[in-house]
Amino acid sequence: MHEEVIISGFGGQGALFAGQLLAYTGMDEGWHVTWIPSYGPEMRGGTAHCVVIISDDDIGSPVIRNPTICIVMNPPSMEKYEPLVKPGGLLVVNSTLVRTRSERGDIEVVYVPANDLAAELGNVRMANVVLLGAMLGRREILPIEGIKRTLERHLPAERRRFIEPNKRALDRGVEYVRKQIGVGEPARLEEQVG
Amino acid sequence: MVGTRLSGWKGYRTMKILMKGNEAIAEAAIRAGCEAYFGYPITPQTEVLEYMARRMTELGRAFVQAESEVGAINMVYGAACTGARAMTTTSSPGYSLMQEGISYMAMSFVPCVIVNIMRGGPGLGNIQPSQGDYFQMTKGGGHGDYHLLSLAPSTVQETVDLIIEAFDLADKYRQPVTVIADGLIGQIMEPVEFPDLKEPQRPERPWALTGAKGRKKNVITSLFLDAHELERENLKLQAIIAQIKANEVRYAEYWLDGAEIVVIAYGTAGRIAQTAVKRAREQGIAVGLFRPISVFPFPYDRLREIAETAQQLLVVEMSAGQMLEDVRLATCNRVPISFYGRMGGVVPLPEEILDKIKGLAGTGS
Repeated sequence: MHEEVIISGFGGQGALFAGQLLAYTGMDEGWHVTWIPSYGPEMRGGTAHCVVIISDDDIGSPVIRNPTICIVMNPPSMEKYEPLVKPGGLLVVNSTLVRTRSERGDIEVVYVPANDLAAELGNVRMANVVLLGAMLGRREILPIEGIKRTLERHLPAERRRFIEPNKRALDRGVEYVRKQIGVGEPARLEEQVG
Repeated sequence: MVGTRLSGWKGYRTMKILMKGNEAIAEAAIRAGCEAYFGYPITPQTEVLEYMARRMTELGRAFVQAESEVGAINMVYGAACTGARAMTTTSSPGYSLMQEGISYMAMSFVPCVIVNIMRGGPGLGNIQPSQGDYFQMTKGGGHGDYHLLSLAPSTVQETVDLIIEAFDLADKYRQPVTVIADGLIGQIMEPVEFPDLKEPQRPERPWALTGAKGRKKNVITSLFLDAHELERENLKLQAIIAQIKANEVRYAEYWLDGAEIVVIAYGTAGRIAQTAVKRAREQGIAVGLFRPISVFPFPYDRLREIAETAQQLLVVEMSAGQMLEDVRLATCNRVPISFYGRMGGVVPLPEEILDKIKGLAGTGS
């Protein structure tokens, strides 16, 4: 087990929160984890991203060049990280906001209209967790039930009302990609170009 | 969410919690019995201040957000004079502002803990991780003949362990002890374990200003107008520094057995180099890593031994090459030394260091 995940979006889209869900779950499942946020002026209006590493070994470098898994939530993130995903890796694209397509043939790409799906569930701000579900639906590096336990264990009291909606968002993401592709099938989405 | 939302304060030894480096520094200080914290906000260490603002007041201990770093260090000086375990944290430009107070504390033999979460410089620089303050942390920083014990962790757990130890070391040597980290360690979240919360305890401090009732008055000062008296005080200070040099050298070694190339890096650069060295090993290159943990005292002796068997050294820093000078002193240039550094808040990637290693091994492009 050694996964290097980048989650990137506009500040406020919840990229850092989604990354923390992964990090907490990884820790609770007994793995070594690191989580680092981008910090600085870029958070105001540009992209905010985090790097999460989950490993069965001590983690040396918490900084990486090529993620094995990447979630891009907005167009600048797509532009920046799509070329960097490690060959054989997974790219999860928020296709509500990102209108371009990856032309790479050496990675798996899934397009998830996460804002739309989250809006259907009643809160567009949960697009981040829909995308996390989609990612785990394709590569279950951590148990989906584990993410739900993390929500229960680690959300502070004043945000506990978001636990159930987040669980539904997670499930919706999983269901969306599994319906689209089928579990375990090689990764080609119809809408993917090239 | 929330490594910060700790509920309950017992039994953490058995449970890891995920915590940001800065918050872990604050919690570690609290667990070590820090009674008084003074600070001024500066990125990338402000979370220490925020955490302390909440927890110290909850615990009935002293917290003051000073009007500046100059104020903060002098408040630490004052509180520490009374025998309280006192601390401040800051980042590079703030550390520069504190130098006068730190020099005073060194000469007046007053213990405290100071954390510098380094950021890009010189000048106002930026808020990204850097190791550009190495000279300042290890060679004095303020005026006069002093060196502070300076510990450089590379993970959040190591930071916690060293902060707790720093308070004991400060008491032991009656000197300020510094912990030197950078913005990445301040901002990263990692699982961490803490010892149980202790009530603040004060080791015996007969020198402290506690009110002179029933005893001769104590005087704490760094002003000695008589040259011979000041020299005597200096010799006392030098004796303490000599003890620190003899007792407090710390380092970590990775894959040094049979290593022809030895990479030397501390703190964040050290852990990034660890990944590069591991990958190089997997590719059959005989390379190891030496990571100084105490940057003052620097592990000169051990490095001298290593240089006797290694064929090449590679120093990696997030600076223009400051620790590099200590490596040269340690090895007297007996083996070729290469350097790879990034500045201005640029954090080197493992790939960059790996390329450098491959180049030295003659297997790269």
